[in-house]
Amino acid sequence: MSTSAKLPARRGLRPAHFVFLAWALLLAAMPFLADNYFVRLATFVAMYSALALSWNFIGGYTGYPSFATAAFVGLGSYTGAVLQNAGAPMVVAWVCATLFTGLVAALIGAAILRMKGHYFAVGSITLIEVLHQVASLWSSVTGGGEGLNVPILAGGPDFAGRVFLYAMLVTMLLVWAVTLWVDRSKLGFGLRCISQNEDAADMVGIQVNRYKTAAFTLSALFCGTVGAIYASWVSYISPSDAFSVLLTLKVPAMAMLGGLGTVYGPIVGAAAFVLMEETIWAHFLDYNQAILGVVIVLLILFLPGGFLKIDYRRLWRRPLPVRPAASVTAGGEKGDKAEKAAAPLATFAREGRS
Amino acid sequence: MSHLLEVRNLSKSFGGLQATKDVSFTLEEGEIVGLIGPNGAGKTTLVNLITGVLSPSAGSIVFRGRDVSRQRPWQAARSGLARTFQIVQPFPQMTVLENVAAGALFAGAASSRAQAEREAMEHLEFVGLADQALRPATALTLPSRKRLELAKSLAMKPKLLLLDEVNAGLNTAEIDKALALMRTIAARGITILLIEHLMKVVTSLSTRVLVLHHGELISQGAPQAVLEDPKVVEAYLGSKFAARLAAQAQETGVEHV
Repeated sequence: MSTSAKLPARRGLRPAHFVFLAWALLLAAMPFLADNYFVRLATFVAMYSALALSWNFIGGYTGYPSFATAAFVGLGSYTGAVLQNAGAPMVVAWVCATLFTGLVAALIGAAILRMKGHYFAVGSITLIEVLHQVASLWSSVTGGGEGLNVPILAGGPDFAGRVFLYAMLVTMLLVWAVTLWVDRSKLGFGLRCISQNEDAADMVGIQVNRYKTAAFTLSALFCGTVGAIYASWVSYISPSDAFSVLLTLKVPAMAMLGGLGTVYGPIVGAAAFVLMEETIWAHFLDYNQAILGVVIVLLILFLPGGFLKIDYRRLWRRPLPVRPAASVTAGGEKGDKAEKAAAPLATFAREGRS
Repeated sequence: MSHLLEVRNLSKSFGGLQATKDVSFTLEEGEIVGLIGPNGAGKTTLVNLITGVLSPSAGSIVFRGRDVSRQRPWQAARSGLARTFQIVQPFPQMTVLENVAAGALFAGAASSRAQAEREAMEHLEFVGLADQALRPATALTLPSRKRLELAKSLAMKPKLLLLDEVNAGLNTAEIDKALALMRTIAARGITILLIEHLMKVVTSLSTRVLVLHHGELISQGAPQAVLEDPKVVEAYLGSKFAARLAAQAQETGVEHV
């Protein structure tokens, strides 16, 4: 029995890794290529990529719709700001904020992960409100509603811009590396089992609660880092700014846009989302949020699997979606959906080339 | 502690409904034991109690010398208790191979995902699903899904395998195949508790049969003896028929089933 011959080949180095590293290099080169506006934009791309990748652990791999992103970003930014004001060096404050956020997430996760589906979603969004109230009311530490000033980094805006860009990029690369590891590890496999059938996962010997808590903690850890870096970057935080519900909705939308439970989906989604937001913002000052909302709904309706689930090679070979009905293959409903999803993009590709 | 599994005075109630009443029995290593009973007799509840899905209201379960009454399903899986479900429970978006590999990796002896997949492939060959290994689990037909369940639980390297109606919905030819498969599994030294409605399967495989009715164990023993037990006949066919059958047997002296 030559069993090994039938097994799928283990994935080695894929071209996607090189594309990603080139993309990271391009973001890193931004200060040398363009002005501060683009440096700022690149910083946002790296920041949202890190957040979307983080959310992917719990929302993508594990299938638990967490809306706690803003809670952990806020917690990280307050922890970092308080520590920096107490005299801790900036980087030390960032690291401590990361660890503290992870610890809080592990404790809370063990409790709220017993809820499922919508209940979990509501439970996780409550976390934002609870921490928001704590930040508003605990004035002796957090400055209450007046917010907190964070020492401004010396060296001028150009230098500061680079420091925060590279800090966000390093965070993004860290989450990416952890994602790669999880994707191939026993943990990632177990999380995928949980997302598909939690009872069956329990039955094959997966310690469901421990796995879910690990995923939740991973999803919070780097939100803490991003929050602390963000606090140092903008040098002022307030409760409503740090615990923003909009942020908590944007990040899952980015991950879904690119493709849930994949290594590169959240990165593609975050980049596409930030660039889309930025162009819409610039051209439609009055209606930007409304247009953005419509665009997101359309994308999720027509691209339910995200950008990465499209078969681009097929699009390339046959860019015209007009085909005889008979050639709609045995895929049935699924194939039909993929085709619908492909249609606008195919047209776009065709027009772009002619 | 020579018994593989010992169930002592096990009871489970859901509110006012007593699903399992004071059930006691033992399983010895290497046996194939049938568990039968009319619909709603509490067979699946008993399996759920043994595998930790439910915890007993009273009584205890001792598996390989250890009290496992309060263990969680994942602990049961790792301790050598595997089961299949009456209603199959695959990981729908995973391939057939990955489904089985999950069993090998988390409850079995596999040390890595690659090794788990190699072991999974062997189990798939054993149940005859090797050629479907890379298809999604949802693409399988019902009989194939039942075999997938079987491969998954075998990958967990069980000492005791609880088969909850693996043959329901199969046709005669498929049942014959399944019978041969179960004999091979038993020959490997795995003890089997077989929950089954099909008497053909029960009588041809089991060395012993347990009969549940309204949550109570009403009879146990060799298959033929159990099927002739008036209490069993009554449970299945009603008291009138049981009385008539008994009278008839007395008159003619002929044994009826």
